Amino acid sequence: MAVKLYIEAIHDALAEEMARDERVFILGEDVGVRGGVFRVTQGLQERFGEYRVLDTPLTESAIVGVAIGASAAGLIPVAEIQFADFILPAVNQIISEAAKIRYRSNNDWHCPIVVRAPYGGGVHGALYHSQSVEALFTHVPGLKVVAPATPADAAGLLRSAIRDPDPVLYFEHKKLYRSVRGEVPEAGEPVPIGHAKVQREGSDLTVITYGLGVHLALEAAEQVAAEGVSVHILDLRTLRPLDEEAILEAARRTGKVLIVHEDNKVCGVGAEVSALIAEHALFDLDAPIRRLAGPEVPAMGYAPTLEKAYMLSVDGVAEAMRAMARF
Amino acid sequence: MRTYSWEEEIPAHQVLAPDGSVVGEWPESLDDERLRSFYRWMVFARRFDQRALTLHRQGRLGTYAPFSGQEAAQIGSFAALEKTDWVFPSYREVAGMMYHGLPPEMALLFSKGHPDAGKVPAELNMLPGKIVIAAQILHAVGAAWACKQRGEDRVASAFFGDGATSQGDFHEALNFAAVFRVPAVFFCQNNQFAISVPVTRQMATPTVAQKAVAYGIEGIRVDGNDVVAVYAAMCRAVARARAGGGPTLVEAVTYRQGPHTTADDPRRYRDPQVHQTWVEALDPIRRLRLCLERRGAWDEAAESAWIREADERIAAAVERAESYPAPDAAEVLFGHVYAEPTPALAAQRAGFLAEQAEGGANGWPGAR
Repeated sequence: MAVKLYIEAIHDALAEEMARDERVFILGEDVGVRGGVFRVTQGLQERFGEYRVLDTPLTESAIVGVAIGASAAGLIPVAEIQFADFILPAVNQIISEAAKIRYRSNNDWHCPIVVRAPYGGGVHGALYHSQSVEALFTHVPGLKVVAPATPADAAGLLRSAIRDPDPVLYFEHKKLYRSVRGEVPEAGEPVPIGHAKVQREGSDLTVITYGLGVHLALEAAEQVAAEGVSVHILDLRTLRPLDEEAILEAARRTGKVLIVHEDNKVCGVGAEVSALIAEHALFDLDAPIRRLAGPEVPAMGYAPTLEKAYMLSVDGVAEAMRAMARF
Repeated sequence: MRTYSWEEEIPAHQVLAPDGSVVGEWPESLDDERLRSFYRWMVFARRFDQRALTLHRQGRLGTYAPFSGQEAAQIGSFAALEKTDWVFPSYREVAGMMYHGLPPEMALLFSKGHPDAGKVPAELNMLPGKIVIAAQILHAVGAAWACKQRGEDRVASAFFGDGATSQGDFHEALNFAAVFRVPAVFFCQNNQFAISVPVTRQMATPTVAQKAVAYGIEGIRVDGNDVVAVYAAMCRAVARARAGGGPTLVEAVTYRQGPHTTADDPRRYRDPQVHQTWVEALDPIRRLRLCLERRGAWDEAAESAWIREADERIAAAVERAESYPAPDAAEVLFGHVYAEPTPALAAQRAGFLAEQAEGGANGWPGAR
């Protein structure tokens, strides 16, 4: 098994899928000659040519709208939105078009597109290069939403997203690009969409999280383990459809649930997770569900102090774990 | 300082004057038989449209968006396409869509809310009519890109109205298509109104066609009630696209004679005198009939025979629409959200079916 950075795992999976299936093509801003502002698509235009790695005008609605039309004509587009913050001009195309074409054509048409978008903070991106927008889309039937936390899942979920017959939003946390390294299977097996993964076994409390939160939770769990607290960690991996069975199983496992995400709390993914647990596993709980999330402000500031104040931290997560364990 | 401005007013291309006389260059490929076929289709479409409005008044059809007055724009433009070309229509393209191959009963079923009306015959590359304004223009660019990437001899066409030209997606589509020189044709039916808002409130430019200049593509303004001129303009645009010449924006200046939909009352916003001119002197069907009569290619006997046949075909379509099997609610509600239902969807479907089996008195679990 090769050890890769998170960003390398995405790059390699893209290249492998393009080599496997000539219908796959990339379009987005700066994805070609420059290889993407984060270098995710570095070298792909040289290898696959301009027609398969398309530098588009600065036009998000068109990037997604053109992807939808190209998919109707039989291609498999992987659209890159340069920063998730900029996906908003494309929301009509994603929600009204991509998510609904199968439904409104009574299964006559479908839309096998992938929209990749780097999200999240912690890299000094400021208000408009740090947002978490995933919850805007997890509300929408017809879409699938994934947010891998590890290089193996980044590769495997991208493969699944590209091979999926329905539109998939693929949110990659930009802080993970070069800070997380991990083993990625050589075989190139897809990781199925809709399946959460237990990232750590434990017995005192359960953390349910995704993306960067997984790494904060893993580190915090190490801290509190030294104090005798055993933490169970469930990585959602797919945010729509949620793996309801795995969520309920993880909640019942310890009877105490701490939900962690960088996105703000109100109507975030954690709200749905806690509602599910309340609906189906309330009497298995020994403590109120707690959500540790970003503050209820529009976006994180640029100044380092402001960014730090916004971001979740290992210490913060550890403290929440301790409080929950004591309950 | 020299500044850019628009000074050149180009009159809309016209081949037939309102009295049916030929005032412009006749397209070579258009003989009397083809012209008669255009006329038959336009008459059929008009009678279909009027029948649909009657069915609505009788409570046999739901909300319907009539296209009367726009038959020349639609038949003339669709006639320039091949069946293998890509078509991304809006909801008001029913005449053109029927000409292209959409069975008339499907157009009626759409207004009856039947989900099968979202389907188009499998051999056509035509999508169901788009409700959200201008979104489909980008899809045409995507299909055109696919044609170009694969080196196919096909064009992709987008159909929309004057209101759509105010949407961002219209501008993004023209720009994108121009940059990559894809084989796309953008066909705008400027029918003067977006529901109640006149085209003068939609834009400050005198034409839609001139917007093409800003994107570096060709623009054509054509008399949209002159089927010969529309056909000629669309043939030029399609031929350019097919030959690798890139996209064209065609503006057909026409008029919506009826309401926006059956839920609209146009008397509140239309000038009655202007309306009368468009409906009488400028009517597209009248114009073509006068042309055919001048050529000795049509007469009263042909007219009454065709009206009889058109009405029979429409009656048969109404019969097929009204006897079409009702949709299966469980299948329609839950069946086609994804290729494979998610566990949550499967559970909702099971709950729905269980509740139906019990008589449905309490609603169903997902709704509680």
